[in-house]
This record gives sequence, C-alpha cells and structure tokens, in this order.
Amino acid sequence: MTSNLKVKVWRGREEGDFATYEVPRLESQTVLDVVTYIQRRVDPSLSYRYACRVGMCGSCAMTVNGVARWTCRTHVSKVAKDGRLEIAPLSNLPVVKDLVTDMSEFFDKWARALGRFKGGTSRKDDFARVKPESLERRAVDAGIECIGCGACYASCDVVSWRPEYLGPAALNRAWTLVNDVRDTQRQERLGAVAGDAGCHACHTLATCTERCPKQLAPTAGIAGLKRLLARTKLEAEA
Amino acid sequence: MRRVNDLRARNHPAWWAFLMHRLSGLVLALFLPLHFWALGQALHGEAALDGFLKFADHSLVKFGEWGLVVLLALHLTGGLRLLLIEFGPWSGLRKNWIAGSVGLAAATGMAFALALIG
Repeated sequence: MTSNLKVKVWRGREEGDFATYEVPRLESQTVLDVVTYIQRRVDPSLSYRYACRVGMCGSCAMTVNGVARWTCRTHVSKVAKDGRLEIAPLSNLPVVKDLVTDMSEFFDKWARALGRFKGGTSRKDDFARVKPESLERRAVDAGIECIGCGACYASCDVVSWRPEYLGPAALNRAWTLVNDVRDTQRQERLGAVAGDAGCHACHTLATCTERCPKQLAPTAGIAGLKRLLARTKLEAEA
Repeated sequence: MRRVNDLRARNHPAWWAFLMHRLSGLVLALFLPLHFWALGQALHGEAALDGFLKFADHSLVKFGEWGLVVLLALHLTGGLRLLLIEFGPWSGLRKNWIAGSVGLAAATGMAFALALIG
C-alpha cells in the first residue's frame, strides 16, 4: 500500500475546475481520509464538511466518482479500483465552495412536507403504547433511520428536472410521520405532500433507494404516500 | 449553478428499467395511430384492406412488427413491476422483475421470430 492515489477535487464555486492531487494510499483508508489529507497536508484552503466520521451525522456526503456517497464510511478500496478518485460536491444543490453545498433548500423541503412531529398529549399523560408488530410501526421502523445526508436528493433525476419537487428524504420523513399513530397532523401533511411537487411527481427511478447509505427505501415511502392519498380521497368521496 | 448527474449516477438496474419502459411506451404510443389507420382501411372495402395486408407481408414490415412485439412484452412486464411497487405490500425494487421482463421479451421475440420463419 505504498502507491499514490490520483485524486481530482472540485475547486471553486459556480465557476471552477477539478484540481489533481497525489495522496498516499493507506490501508483501510476512507474517502473522507483522503479529503482530510489534502486539506491538512497539501492545500489548507480546501473547504469540505464533516463532523462525526462514523456515519451518524450525515454531513460528509459528496459525489465520489460520479455517485453520491457518505465519504466517512466509503472505503477507497471500494470506489477507486484503478487508484483514481474524482470528488465533487453533491449535485442538485447550490455550491458554497469546493465540496460544500448549501443544504438550506433540502431542509426547507422537510419543513414544507410538515416533517416535524406534533403530538396531542402532554407530559402529564401516560406513554403512548404502539405495538411493535403493527403495520404502522413497521413502516416507521423501515424509514426512521435517515441521517439527512442528502445523497438521495442529490441523486434524484426528478429533483433535477423539477426543482420544486420535495425530494425523497422529505417524503420519506412525511411517510414515517403519517404512520406515527401519535401524530395529529396527518391530514395537513397528506395535503402538503400531494401534487406535482410532492409524491405524485416521482417516476419510480429508484436512484434514491439505490444510493441511500443507510439502505432505506424512500421509493417505498413515496409509493405508500400515493396509496394513502388515493385511499383517503376515495373514502372522502364515498 | 448546480452540478447535474451524469450516467455514472444513473447506472443501476432500476434506472435502466425506467428508461426501457419510457422509450418502449413512446414508440408504442407513436405506433398506435398507424395501427388504427391500418384497421381503418377496412372501412374502404375489402380491396383496400387486402392491399395493405399485402404490403404488411414485406420482410421489413415483418421485422418492424417483431420489434413492436418485443417492445410490447417489455412494456407489459415493466408495467406490472411498477404496479407491484406502487400498489403491492412493498418489499424492494423487484429487480427480479426487471430480469424477468427482459427475459420474457427475449423469449417472446424468439417465439415470434420462429413463427415468422415457420
């Protein structure tokens, strides 16, 4: 493991270009290790974002060899078969500088999908009892581990084609909340995620599900929202 | 300016299944008016329809027909997969259905080609 990696890194903002760096290849090296090496040893002006380094915080996602990935848990051995890496900021988001994107609209869309829990009880009430084997609870379990890294959002073609589209992460969040039996905003939330900017815009390309580093399936949640909306509409008309 | 994904981001089975479904759907939609026009020839009497059917016996038209049958098989099975994802109790991207639809379309194409030769 003494050879060097050839690493192309996006430098600049809207205008910019790839700069090439030589980075020593180490055992068990992650892509985040590579970026950190460049910033610490070669060019301290390189901007990037990370926090936990263990796949919990969701802040280090970048485009690695054309694919959105969490860099802290992406081993170089997995993605740089020929010793080459191309590291760019996430797609579909404005670039602040180098590898840092502005995530505001990503999280604003969570708010637009009513991604916040609102309960109807106070601390004086007893605990809610939700059966672990109930359909709703299992649907929540399947989608709840999202760390908000934005890999799905950056990979989604529908977000590129239709910038107002809420995107897979916000819709996945909405899906977990409509299945939370304690939540009191189900109807409002279903209204917020319907229509051309919501779940009905999804073309089931499933790139979100392919790219989610937590192996969640936003495609499933979006299909679930479509079904639930159809059922709600039919019941309202019956 | 935002970066836009290239084929590297899209290179996975479900995306190719989407493209296959969309393109086969477009070609089949373009064919439909031609299909109705051909049927409409019967309105002008037996001779008009027979004239068209004779034209349809040309090998190039037969080849086109073979292509349409393959596209129809692809679109049909791809559509069933989408319906399962949208309406079924969900458990995955059903990539086996992608393989199945390509396999079924290939089998249908070969069966149709055999029928043409025979």
